[in-house]
Amino acid sequence: MRVSLSWLREHVDLPAGLDGDGLEKALVKVGLEVEELHDAGASVSGPLVVGRVESIEELQGLKKPIRYCLVDVGNEQPQGIICGARNFAEGDLVVVALPGAVLPGDFTISARKTYGRVSNGMICSGEELGVSDDHDGIIVLSPDSAKPGDEARPIVGLGDIVVEINVTPDRGYCFSVRGIARELSHSLGGAYRDPVAAVVPIEGDGSDAYPIEVLDSIACDRFTAVAVRGVDPAAPTPQWMKQRLATAGIRTISLPVDITNYVMIEMGQPMHAWDLGQLTGPLVVRRAEAGEKLTTLDGVNRVLDPEDIVIADGAGVVSLAAVMGGTTTEVSPATVDVLFEAAHWDPRSVARTIRRHKLPSEAGKRYERGVDPQITAAACARAAALLAEHGGGTVSTGVTDVYAVVPPASITMSVRRPSQLAGVEYAPERVLEILAMIGTQVVADGDRLTVTPPSWRHDLNDPADLAEEVLRLDGYDRIPSVLPIAPPGRGLTALQRRRRTIGRALADAGYVEALCWPFVGTPALDALRVPDGDPRREALLLRNPLSDEEPALRTTLLPPLFAALRRNLGRGLKDVALFEIGPVFLPAGPLPVFPAAGVDGPPSDEERAGIDANLPHQPWHVATVIAGEADPAGWWGGGRAADWADAVESARTVAAAAGVTLTVRAANYAPWHPGRCAALLVGDVVVGHAGELHPAVCADLDLPRRTVAMELDLDAVPLPGVSIAPRLSNFPTALIDVALVVDAATPAGEVEAALAEGAGPLLESVRLFDVYAGQQLGEGRKSLAYKLTFRAPDRTLTGEEALAARDAAVAVAADRLGAVLRGA
Amino acid sequence: MTYRNDPYDPKQPALLDQSALDDAVAGADKAFADAGDLDALAALKHQHLGDKAPVSLARREIGSLPPAAKADAGKRVNLARVAIQAAFDARLAVLTAEREERVLVEETVDVTLPTTRRPAGAQHPLTKITERASDLFVSMGYEVAEGPEVEWEWYNFDALNMHPDHPARSMMDTFFVAAGSTSDRSQAQIDSRVVLRTHTSPVQARTMTTRKPPIYIVCPGRTYRTDELDATHTPVFQQIEGLVVDKGITMGHLKGTLDKFVKGMFGEQARTRLRPAYFPFVEPGAEIDVWFPQHRDGPRWVEWGGCGMVNPRVLRACGIDPEEYSGFAFGMGIERALMFRNEASDMRDMVEGDVRYARAFGWEA
Repeated sequence: MRVSLSWLREHVDLPAGLDGDGLEKALVKVGLEVEELHDAGASVSGPLVVGRVESIEELQGLKKPIRYCLVDVGNEQPQGIICGARNFAEGDLVVVALPGAVLPGDFTISARKTYGRVSNGMICSGEELGVSDDHDGIIVLSPDSAKPGDEARPIVGLGDIVVEINVTPDRGYCFSVRGIARELSHSLGGAYRDPVAAVVPIEGDGSDAYPIEVLDSIACDRFTAVAVRGVDPAAPTPQWMKQRLATAGIRTISLPVDITNYVMIEMGQPMHAWDLGQLTGPLVVRRAEAGEKLTTLDGVNRVLDPEDIVIADGAGVVSLAAVMGGTTTEVSPATVDVLFEAAHWDPRSVARTIRRHKLPSEAGKRYERGVDPQITAAACARAAALLAEHGGGTVSTGVTDVYAVVPPASITMSVRRPSQLAGVEYAPERVLEILAMIGTQVVADGDRLTVTPPSWRHDLNDPADLAEEVLRLDGYDRIPSVLPIAPPGRGLTALQRRRRTIGRALADAGYVEALCWPFVGTPALDALRVPDGDPRREALLLRNPLSDEEPALRTTLLPPLFAALRRNLGRGLKDVALFEIGPVFLPAGPLPVFPAAGVDGPPSDEERAGIDANLPHQPWHVATVIAGEADPAGWWGGGRAADWADAVESARTVAAAAGVTLTVRAANYAPWHPGRCAALLVGDVVVGHAGELHPAVCADLDLPRRTVAMELDLDAVPLPGVSIAPRLSNFPTALIDVALVVDAATPAGEVEAALAEGAGPLLESVRLFDVYAGQQLGEGRKSLAYKLTFRAPDRTLTGEEALAARDAAVAVAADRLGAVLRGA
Repeated sequence: MTYRNDPYDPKQPALLDQSALDDAVAGADKAFADAGDLDALAALKHQHLGDKAPVSLARREIGSLPPAAKADAGKRVNLARVAIQAAFDARLAVLTAEREERVLVEETVDVTLPTTRRPAGAQHPLTKITERASDLFVSMGYEVAEGPEVEWEWYNFDALNMHPDHPARSMMDTFFVAAGSTSDRSQAQIDSRVVLRTHTSPVQARTMTTRKPPIYIVCPGRTYRTDELDATHTPVFQQIEGLVVDKGITMGHLKGTLDKFVKGMFGEQARTRLRPAYFPFVEPGAEIDVWFPQHRDGPRWVEWGGCGMVNPRVLRACGIDPEEYSGFAFGMGIERALMFRNEASDMRDMVEGDVRYARAFGWEA
């Protein structure tokens, strides 16, 4: 909502020196958010005057049409001015910036030679002056609205302050000068003059201005119409009205339509102007019939829904009520008889029509937020009077007024309620004062107030709504700052602590956290070589994705993380290690349509359990990727390229942070290299995978060869119990090395597990220190050399005891895996 | 032995002459002093203190002396030997110290060489700020509540006083999840009544429907709106919201909590100012301004989120009696905090995963 300070001043007394800053503060204080404030007085300096175009000479032989004009600016000699616009004729009044003027953007006007002539100034458009966004060319003033040489600033609205206010959904009445002026009077205390009260009502002779039948009084509880006949179709809109509409961002169309828009901004009552000559038979307000069509004023042919409220005449639907009129009955340049309509429509129906037809309009947004149902007659009278004054014609003696308005319900509230809500003691007189100020009728019975809200405040329904008004208008700055004492809490949950620890551990291990968007496309899963039927192929789809390429929600963290990796590499970084901790979205199957539920109370426990069961599983995963070197090269020597083991180690970092033991076994799982992929297990449960990516995946995703990655389902990792303190033995260790020859395909992990199991409780640690394959061992064999450390809790081990334990370890490895002691 | 032990022949062997002993001491002193290093000194030890050294030979002659002379000779030989040993030890100490000094010099390294043999990792600054904010509330006794990002619209809208025709609902720029899935695209244009949560408020609704007051929670987390990515907007962003429902909660309590919070986040000089505003789920509602003295363009008020007293309709929808309980709620954007607190100028940097960005913030952002 854009409005000028001068217009507001007509309806509220404001301090004479109120500047832009003061106006903004006053509006913000009562909750009107200022989107933009334009102090136009400061934007144009130097001579800006009214001029009359005496003659126009079309210059020939140029690439674009250029005019050389002689303009009377009140001096003895007319001013020669070059102009590229064409929307004016000889005799028109225009706005001229003379040499020395400075326009917005520091554009200084000076006499200059151009197109072979001397141009002594500029004929200005609204855009050039910064008073409108109109691209339609230069400003042409109404004839006789001024004389050449007059100061042009007040005429075009310069010197005024224009404020754009963001009106929130609860404050529909502030979509008008009427509402904003009222709020300013609350804010600054000046006297308020209601524009509705200033209207001289049309007495009416009891007859109808036009026959109107309302078949659905829920959809429409008020419909008022007044006719003006014999209007001069050529009558122009007065300059001041054009100016105010331009400020509001509304295009000038014709005098009757401009008047409806003017009254809408002034009072907040949207209106429609019908061409009486085009209407056939009574106007009927009803719901649309299935399949009915209407071409609206924006030129779109629309198929109507049975829920849409329409106005029809004998020829069919002529208007999508409250939202937009139809083309057949609109006011045209030939219209001489005009019917003004002001009605009140059901906000919910209007909201649905706007959404259904994607048709936001100035009228629609007001009805959706609530319009005062008691001002339709005043709006019609005001519009009729303006049309009669500026376009001639006679106002009808008949007024149509269909009235089924239900008066607002009264609200009962304790006078103490605002104090209880704020934590401030408001005197009862202060509460009553504020309630009266906003237009409510209050009956006080001791502490008990019975409050009837004014017709324009649809947002006042509960005691809380009234209490809010008291807090707001008394000022939030009066509310003290008091810290409530919460009952002792439990701190972070174990899962929350674990997630933090994992994040820190990965960062400490050299990984940088990325917070990726979860949007993916199926090609990303194709590139990962995820097979058909894999659960990761079952993804949720968005109805309105940011990009049609990525309509689905991720089922694995990897695709967005790979994209982040590629972005880093594309920016010239060579060695990049990333991690992410975040949810993935795993629907069990196609998502059903969920039930709607009301706002009167919570759904039952069963209903809510059903909802949660149908929502997709959203487990938290953790993933890492590395490309390039895992350890950098430096003066200490060469670097070490990341390999599959780094990916597995990142999983071990996660497991250590989570306090669980991870076991690893070979796996074949997309998108990993089939020979270099580890399944990650906690107990018997596979919780993730790690290793080197499949070379074809790297090629398809444009990632470096041998990029490695890990992904693990954190929700599948159990929380550890309490860690048990070790008993440390200070008796000496016995160290024994063993080299075992096994089949080359035997996993080292299994050999180590067998040794550990066989060695028994005396084993303190087992460490693989060499892997060897060579001809002496024979084809398909390898040697694994382990250092076994034995220690007893209560004594120094004898050599015999240690050897016996070693033999037992080797025996299990031999028995289970065919391992042979090397050199034996 | 050079001489017989004849007590009746008191001749004095030459080696036991005091002058001979003095010469031995003086010779050893000079030889040790001339030894340039530990090896040379070691080589001299045998010559002056070994079996064939003058003092050792002199000691052997004592036996040939008459008993009356033995004590005196023994004493003199011993003094000489102690003197030589002392000279040796002193020189040894000097030479050892010299060598240790030299080794330390030789082992000097350039300590300004780079020591980063491990690549530097980092957590995202948004994660760190979220943790910091959560910790402040945990320290006040709050609990951290979480909920799903893909959410039933009742929790995201209806429960929060935004019925399907509410104008505020269409202003939320919601991502709608389609019915069906990639395996069944026939329903891709059918609304499932499931959305990507537009705020973390559904976590509040879930908490209120499942728990009895007193409720003191914060809800940090990721939220979604269909904004195009630019310097000051991102469709995926992080919020932290708070909710208190208890007996006798006032707007003064809201103000006190916010003041405490911003002091914890931005320093003791920070404080808040509330401006009337509208959010369907609170009444009265307010925008929060924070007094931020460290702002790069000078001390000023900066906008940071919205708040208000929980609308009684929300309490009722979630099964809490608004006659018995009242509450407040607030919410703010973490990205926005990063922008004014850490002078971040472009939100795109926060979402792209460029390692240089997160690394620059260090461990505490």
